[in-house]
Amino acid sequence: MRIFLEQMINGLTIGSFYALIALGYSMVYGVMKLINFAHGDLFALGSYLGFSLLVWGSAYVTSHVGLAGGMIAAMLIAAIGIGMAGIIVERIAYRPIYPAGRLPAVVSALGVSIFLQNAIMVAWGPRYQAYPVNVVPTVRFEIGGIHITLLQIIILILSFILLALLYYIIQKTTFGAAIRASALDRDTAALMGININTVIFFIFALGPALGGTAGVMVGMYYRQISFTMGWNYGLKAFTATILGGIGNIPGAMVGGLLLGIFEMLGSAYISTAYKDVFVFLILILVLIFRPRGLLGEKVAEKV
Amino acid sequence: MKLDKNIIFKNWLILIAIVLLSVAPFMMNNYWIDVFFFFGIYALLGLSLNIVLGEVGLFDLGHVAFMAIGAYTTAILNTKFGIPIIILLPVSALAAAGFAWLVCSPIIHLRGDYLCIVTIGMGEIVRLTLINNPFGITGGPNGVFGIDFPSLGNIFMIDNSTEFYFLIWIVVGLTILALINLQRSRIGRAWNCIREDEIAAESTGIDVRYYKLLAFILGAGLAGVAGNIYASKLMIVSPESFTFMESCMLFCIVLIGGMGSIPGVLIGAAAISLFPEVFRTFAQYRMLIFGAAMVIMMVFRPGGIWPRKRGAVEFKSLLLKAGRDNV
Repeated sequence: MRIFLEQMINGLTIGSFYALIALGYSMVYGVMKLINFAHGDLFALGSYLGFSLLVWGSAYVTSHVGLAGGMIAAMLIAAIGIGMAGIIVERIAYRPIYPAGRLPAVVSALGVSIFLQNAIMVAWGPRYQAYPVNVVPTVRFEIGGIHITLLQIIILILSFILLALLYYIIQKTTFGAAIRASALDRDTAALMGININTVIFFIFALGPALGGTAGVMVGMYYRQISFTMGWNYGLKAFTATILGGIGNIPGAMVGGLLLGIFEMLGSAYISTAYKDVFVFLILILVLIFRPRGLLGEKVAEKV
Repeated sequence: MKLDKNIIFKNWLILIAIVLLSVAPFMMNNYWIDVFFFFGIYALLGLSLNIVLGEVGLFDLGHVAFMAIGAYTTAILNTKFGIPIIILLPVSALAAAGFAWLVCSPIIHLRGDYLCIVTIGMGEIVRLTLINNPFGITGGPNGVFGIDFPSLGNIFMIDNSTEFYFLIWIVVGLTILALINLQRSRIGRAWNCIREDEIAAESTGIDVRYYKLLAFILGAGLAGVAGNIYASKLMIVSPESFTFMESCMLFCIVLIGGMGSIPGVLIGAAAISLFPEVFRTFAQYRMLIFGAAMVIMMVFRPGGIWPRKRGAVEFKSLLLKAGRDNV
């Protein structure tokens, strides 16, 4: 039981990374009907940006605002930087192609992904980079016999705040309603006076910003980052998006958390080597039996 | 008149291409012959994906898995049982096709992006399974090595770059002939009909499920052939060769060239395989340039370099012929 609960907490931690990344995929897919293959690499770029800030700026920042301030500053700057990168990617690579249909956009997205991945490699070098060890003091708590680290608590709290904030924006504000309306039907939403370009601008800033934050968290959690990590996390997060129902914001959150838990329980009780196989198997089974995802609504087929 | 000119131009182009390809290996060093060999492999894979993606419009982002099945079938049967590569060529094609039938039967009803995602998942599962060395036959991350060259007793043996070059390009040539015939057949028309409008196709009595599966099985079989030749050329197969990235490259070959267009696939394969070689002087920046080139390409020519012409011209010529007969 103790192992089970500890694995649940580990699963929730990774799941919150997946959920944060998945939101970017889901929002973009909802409005643009485009699988943004570059999103995973934006996430990796965020991780590297956070790395540089923590390595170069940590001494200066921590001497002024303390350790926690330095960490939050790194996340914030990574989020802003990646949000801007997301907007640039949309302007250059997606907007001119959008009228030509969806398939050219997929190629363009793959092109951006290759570009970003190699840009990271050129800028930071092909070797693995190690995050500084002492960003968060390695303190372990024991609650009812379950071990949990301070870092995990911080990651869980921060990501749940972010998820809750996004949930609030999407579900409760007028602007969120505009996003949901555009996801349902772009043309009709435009006719109702919603400025689609603003919506696209917003989702391409917010999605990658969350991804960039997740990138810093992943760096702090695993302490090791590589320029190819974008593919792997991107694919997993995308799986999470499908699991929850693509284009559905709460679905992406639930899907991400569930995927993290599945992965951890799978590796704890079935086989570590096959944990990724397990993840993709779940994806395929969900698509065969419930293609709209766990929280997705049934969409009538358009003729 | 215009029509005839077009056909003459096309025939000349084909002739020139064949002559150039057959004299090319005698004018290049071994390095470039190998580069052109891989161009041929990508062309074959592009043609096989073109059946699925170009003709039927099924998004397949895990196509390299079928090649992996073909390559591993060849590698394992050859190294464990000593079966000659030539005999394994149809065997690998059948293995890949059988795998496609098995895997795609339950997912064939999915559409568009959903199918795309399932094929990504399938490709990853195949790769991860190969890495994990099931039953100790795939050799884990190291792969299988020591694969023979294709040979037929003492009669002939394909063991140098030039011979491999001719092997792959003859296979590509035969495949193109077969595919052109297929495009003009009932099957090809049914495929294109499904691509344009699936519901309309179904309502006119086309067995959509059957034709989609057929496309997957044929495409996978061809990819299996490519896997066989690839394995015997490299003499080693390892899971690293069959990553998601490779599937993406194949996807790009079809889309850069122009969906459903055979010359387009050849151009796309040339772009993907020759581009990184030509830009080798840029060293670490070449993939950077490559990614940027893909984006620029799609911005300025979203339909591909050589998009397939619709059958309007053929229809007109049919009308003309009919008119002449009536007069």
